Amino acid sequence: MSGDEACAEGGISAGCKFFAGYPITPATEIAERMSDRLPEVGGTYIQMEDELASMAAILGASWGGVRAMTATSGPGFSLMMENIGLGVMLETPCVVVNIQRGGPSTGLPTLTGQGDMMQARWGSHGHYSIIALAPNSPQESFDLTVKAFNLSERYRVPVLVMSGAAVGHMYEKVVIPPASEIEIVPRRKPAVPPEEYWPFKPDDDLVPPMANSGEGYGFHVTGLTHDERGYPAMNPEAQDRLVRRLVEKIENYRSEIVELEEDGIEGAEVVVCSYGISARVALIAIERARSAGIRVGMLRLVTVWPFPEDRVREIAGQVRAFVVPEINYGQISLEVERCAGSKARTILVPHMGGTVHNPETILDAIKQAVK
Amino acid sequence: MNNVTLDTEGHPLDIYLRVDRLPHIWCAGCGLGSILGSLLRGLVDSGFDMKKVALVSGIGCTGRAAGYVKLDSFHTTHGRAIPFATGLKLANPELKVVIFSGDGDLAAIGGNHLIHAGRRNIDMTVICVNNFNYGMTGGQFGPTTPWNARTTTSRRGNIESAFNLPHLAAASGAVYVARWTTAQIRQLERAIKEALLKRGFSFIEVISPCPTYYGRMNQQASGLDQMRHYRANSVVKHGANPSEVDIDLEGQIVVGKFIDIERPYLPE
Repeated sequence: MSGDEACAEGGISAGCKFFAGYPITPATEIAERMSDRLPEVGGTYIQMEDELASMAAILGASWGGVRAMTATSGPGFSLMMENIGLGVMLETPCVVVNIQRGGPSTGLPTLTGQGDMMQARWGSHGHYSIIALAPNSPQESFDLTVKAFNLSERYRVPVLVMSGAAVGHMYEKVVIPPASEIEIVPRRKPAVPPEEYWPFKPDDDLVPPMANSGEGYGFHVTGLTHDERGYPAMNPEAQDRLVRRLVEKIENYRSEIVELEEDGIEGAEVVVCSYGISARVALIAIERARSAGIRVGMLRLVTVWPFPEDRVREIAGQVRAFVVPEINYGQISLEVERCAGSKARTILVPHMGGTVHNPETILDAIKQAVK
Repeated sequence: MNNVTLDTEGHPLDIYLRVDRLPHIWCAGCGLGSILGSLLRGLVDSGFDMKKVALVSGIGCTGRAAGYVKLDSFHTTHGRAIPFATGLKLANPELKVVIFSGDGDLAAIGGNHLIHAGRRNIDMTVICVNNFNYGMTGGQFGPTTPWNARTTTSRRGNIESAFNLPHLAAASGAVYVARWTTAQIRQLERAIKEALLKRGFSFIEVISPCPTYYGRMNQQASGLDQMRHYRANSVVKHGANPSEVDIDLEGQIVVGKFIDIERPYLPE
């Protein structure tokens, strides 16, 4: 099946019971598949009037007690930023799939891109942390959508699956394991009676248990800065406490969240650091470089956000350079550069989109790195 | 059925209010307290299990109501109360979902969601408090500000035309549409009860004073002046054609129940 269809099946396997979306190329196949599949599993598909509404609706559905997702591409992702912020602020588990295409604006509707990676990190206003995953195949589109649901429940945060047209429209064999073999992280429910329940009183790991609407807890939640009771709190102390917790509940747990794929980093002179389809294309360049006698390692970011700062810093002390191919003019390369500091060079291999990289351009950068 | 017993210490509706958050932020003479009281009485009288009632609001003075009720309540983003509520209702159809928000929130930034919710006839009740301006931000003109009315961004008079909200809601497909002012609290309460018991998309516009901005800039400097204006100019016309109930700066305010029909609704 296609990467898009695999995202939909991943959602179904993860127990998703609600999809709200708006048609957009190259993500539409996810909505189509969900409109067929959700009724079969007792779920609800609704096509909203736009992506603002789609994102708002999945937040509402999540508070209604079901696992909810949406899928879109760049222009819709921009519209979703408003309520991704609300999702962060209300600590609402949900999954957003972005099948990236070329931008800015309407850009290249049918052709691939990776230009939304920084938007995924910082696109909604204010300071927060978020989780984003980048699949490189239809199989991983399935696996990471399941994982996204689990992370979103575990950390109470919207989780972004940052795919792209190249993966979304790629057809490959996808193995869907039996339900008994798929791990489902349940919602963390309040352990106190309703009269003692505060919707934003965190457990020791900074994540608060979550009551669903209709369960009798009578809670109030607001997008305003709030205290642990959920009451608006218009003062710098409450702001400090809330923003720190929203960030630290993710960043302090990077070691649990981050998934990386590594190959040949030990003893490497240069490491190719990439993600999604670009990491897959880079394999060709790495193979050719190794044939030419260059010691090249691979660091594939399966989790892009939170950024694996510690690991990149560690590798930076062992190699001469990072080569970062991505389908934009330099986004994740900035993070690599920040973490590598002066210990190792960071060589961006930009590609503006529409197609994937020609592996030769990545190979050239690898050769340049070891000159 | 909820039994509300008289309590000499507090107000009978206190059990549904977050009294620890009072006093509220609304100005003296504002109509929001009366309307929120009407909603709570309407909910109690309708016999809903209050544990299954969710109140969703957007941004603005009216949106703050969500923070004062002791119900599951959601203070969402500007204009998005209806789509948030749509997800909530579809995820848990047992919930009675009420949207309580202002004219700017629902008819300007949220206008697209309002008409599509009407088209879908999704089972929820919208209480739209219309004070003819953006109160929270200091009294700018909005989608319901009458032509020639003065506001802080139309000091020489508003040059735009206003939405006729009952007409908009009815044309979109709402199965229940009514309008009352804060000078007709009893009628408003009855309408709220009817709307809550209606299956499908019900919409009530409540005309409400904003003495701090809209009233002050349009020769109705106090809440009482605005209430007098409503009482003197309201004309009850049940069944009136919604296309004929525009509100001008001066002149009559047609109130009543305009639409009460049946058609298939979501989720069913």
